[in-house]
Amino acid sequence: MSNNSAVVQGEDHYLNHSRGLMSWLGTLDHKRIGLMYLFSVLLFFLMGGVFALLIRLELFKWGGHNLVDANTYNKFFTYHGAIMVFLVVIPAIPAALGNFILPIMLGAKDVAFPRLNLASYYIFMTGALFAVLALFLRGADTGWTFYTPYSIRTNTTVLLVLFGAFIAGFSSILTGLNFIVTIHKLRAPGLTWMRLPLFCWALYATSIIQVLATPVLAITLVLLCMERILQIGIFDPKLGGDPILFQHFFWFYSHPAVYIMILPAMGIISEIIPVFSRKPIFGYKAIAYSSFGIALIAFIVWGHHMFVSGQSELANFVFSLLTMFVAVPTGVKVFSWVGTMYRGSIHFNAPMLYAFGFLELFTMGGLTGVFLATLAIDVHLTNTYFVVAHFHYVMVGGTLMGLLAGLHYWFPKMFGRMYSETAAKIGFWLIVIGFNVTFFPQFILGAQGMPRRYWSYLPEFTFLNRISTLGSGLIGVGFIYTAYYFYRGMRSGAKADANPWNAQTLEWKTSSPPPHENFHETPVVTQWPYEYLPEDTSMPANLR
Amino acid sequence: MIQQAFAGSVPLQGTEVAVRWDSLYNFLVGLSIFFFVLVVGSILYFIVSYKHDSKKKTQYITGSHLLEAVWIAVPTLLLMVIFVWGYSVYHAMTQAPSDAYEIRVIGKQWLWTFQYDNGRTTVGEVFVPVNRPVKLVMTSEDVLHGFFIPTFRIKQDVVPGMYSSIWFTATVPGKHQAYCTEYCGTSHSAMLAKVVVLEDHQWKAWNQNKEIGPIPEAGQPLPSKTQVAGTLGKKPLIQNISLVEQGRQVYQSKGCVACHSTDGTNKVGPTHKGLFGTQVELANGKFVLADENYIRNHIEYPQANTVKGYNPVMPTFKGLLTESEMNALIAYMKSLK
Repeated sequence: MSNNSAVVQGEDHYLNHSRGLMSWLGTLDHKRIGLMYLFSVLLFFLMGGVFALLIRLELFKWGGHNLVDANTYNKFFTYHGAIMVFLVVIPAIPAALGNFILPIMLGAKDVAFPRLNLASYYIFMTGALFAVLALFLRGADTGWTFYTPYSIRTNTTVLLVLFGAFIAGFSSILTGLNFIVTIHKLRAPGLTWMRLPLFCWALYATSIIQVLATPVLAITLVLLCMERILQIGIFDPKLGGDPILFQHFFWFYSHPAVYIMILPAMGIISEIIPVFSRKPIFGYKAIAYSSFGIALIAFIVWGHHMFVSGQSELANFVFSLLTMFVAVPTGVKVFSWVGTMYRGSIHFNAPMLYAFGFLELFTMGGLTGVFLATLAIDVHLTNTYFVVAHFHYVMVGGTLMGLLAGLHYWFPKMFGRMYSETAAKIGFWLIVIGFNVTFFPQFILGAQGMPRRYWSYLPEFTFLNRISTLGSGLIGVGFIYTAYYFYRGMRSGAKADANPWNAQTLEWKTSSPPPHENFHETPVVTQWPYEYLPEDTSMPANLR
Repeated sequence: MIQQAFAGSVPLQGTEVAVRWDSLYNFLVGLSIFFFVLVVGSILYFIVSYKHDSKKKTQYITGSHLLEAVWIAVPTLLLMVIFVWGYSVYHAMTQAPSDAYEIRVIGKQWLWTFQYDNGRTTVGEVFVPVNRPVKLVMTSEDVLHGFFIPTFRIKQDVVPGMYSSIWFTATVPGKHQAYCTEYCGTSHSAMLAKVVVLEDHQWKAWNQNKEIGPIPEAGQPLPSKTQVAGTLGKKPLIQNISLVEQGRQVYQSKGCVACHSTDGTNKVGPTHKGLFGTQVELANGKFVLADENYIRNHIEYPQANTVKGYNPVMPTFKGLLTESEMNALIAYMKSLK
């Protein structure tokens, strides 16, 4: 941990408040817990990313046998998916950035239950440990979806992965609970609901999903474990079970989970765009309420993953219709963000660049989502690379762009130093171009009929697969470079002011990095956080 | 350019449904390009117009209810059009005509087996007539599989323990690629099949168990004449027992005849004459359609499906019939009109 590297000497703050390894491992400070989450998640991101590159390398040539055999390949995409979903994309923003920023944004000293917060971290790491342990045994080859009856029959160590995901789920539930109570109870004087920053609204909506949906995943995974060990006959048709029932249970969690992944990223974008446009957010209430609209609809659309599963035509009709309505609040948000830039004074710092990246990629992800919500269109496209491309545009283009935007935005607050703006621009273009080169061809591959989870493919798909593999190398370089300049920034970046972006949410009212208890005296809120007046167009970070 | 890369990228149109599918797909591609350009174009325009300039002020705007109403109403309306259009094409995809030629499909790690009315069984290739509705009634022996024919734009999961179906009227003769699309383990990506669409004379020959010669890939030129002549020689007729006859033998050998009749008289259990396709009232008061899934379900779980007016005495036959025997048995019961 960077407890003596990123320190601005002289004053007392959360990084130098206490020293030594134990002061981190046993800390109740939400900021330190947030950083521990952040570095853990980044480590898992590296692991998941390596598997992604291995997948792309295997697919560089048609016909299989390029790098690994089919069984190993099947494990690669399972690890890639399971690690990225359960250990990276779900916890990345709420647990890492949310933990760090939410209490400060509310003007609180910490989350409502600091001990529970630390417990959540260790529960998460225990779950991760089980899942990663499986890699060193016989692995898992079910795909991250664990579809039955294959997941019952396979002789890989899928039980450990299931157990790991089960445990990690409790971390998610407890963090959600902690955030809900924190937002209700620990807001600073004057911070009314209608003055709440949109990132807090987004985390609130996310927390509700975490608390309500994750238990269903836990139940499902326990049932699947029991089915494997005790052979009860819930999902296995040989024993009288119903394999499609598993899909219903699984997606009842995993569809809302998609919004656990994307809503916090939307919250970050809602913070960044007004700051770097120097303008009030457009349609504050619409953005806040649309988070809840999305959270609500999230629970009643799971069947759109199952249009060709064998569920009834009536079910397909209803799920397709309901799914269409997801696009409405999502559109409201996108249009409101674009509207915020109108007649603003736009600064092009890295957080804003990543917000642009988010808007481009997420719009693509959202529009191709409409394809998949349309019944007939989904029949042809589902289980092909079109779906792979779509959810990467949403998950990477949405969540990861949001995370990177947030990391750059709050970097000065977290470490008291600035990252290099020039380096960040290079990193941004590497990642965004690399991403489009990797995943756009996959839309075409899918439309042409190339199925997903294929170790070998037919020769006609070679060209686009090659482009995709080359793109993935570009993303890899981009991320390594980003890690490098962040590290440089932490060690030797220019000292950051308390408020380098001239932003108005509460975390910028305290020093960078913040003191142990966040504020020297409790702040009092007198206005909403987007009060950017017409002449208030400059930004200290860009004046030096 | 994007339009071409995107819309021109779908496989050839092998069915009527594929034509309808492509229209809707192209509409969605066009609409997506419009909205993408709207969003990204606006961003680019704002970036250029409102780039930070310390001499210029911003305008204090917090929202517009009118704009919000527009960007809620317009997308909602468009989405409803897309939904209805999508459903109508889907409906055409799923409602098989009653006169469709039925072929039974069994998925198994990692090959496809096809059973025909005339008793023939093929592996890895399914032979179907051109311009005639064909229905595939599918099940799996082990795990989930998916049957996907890109040129027909149809796909359906194949689930162990139940029957699912797809249908199509192929319009382009030749071989069409089919894939397994539900991950099924080691050789998932090798679980391929060809749908061989035969012209009328070839279909006739095939049904008489005659050799039909090489078939080109769909949309590709025919093989040269010499090749065709070389392989069209008459092979001796293979004697097949029809699927219905195979089913009759299963019906006898598994002892169904002990309690059920095929002539309309009710014995310990109800007669099977005219059963298929009717509504059956169960002892628990429910009405169910006597289709493939009901018959299979009844054979495997008789106690849960006791017919009203009868005693729950039938033993389970779960695990006692192979998937092909089950297919034959159902074909036989279907023939008892």
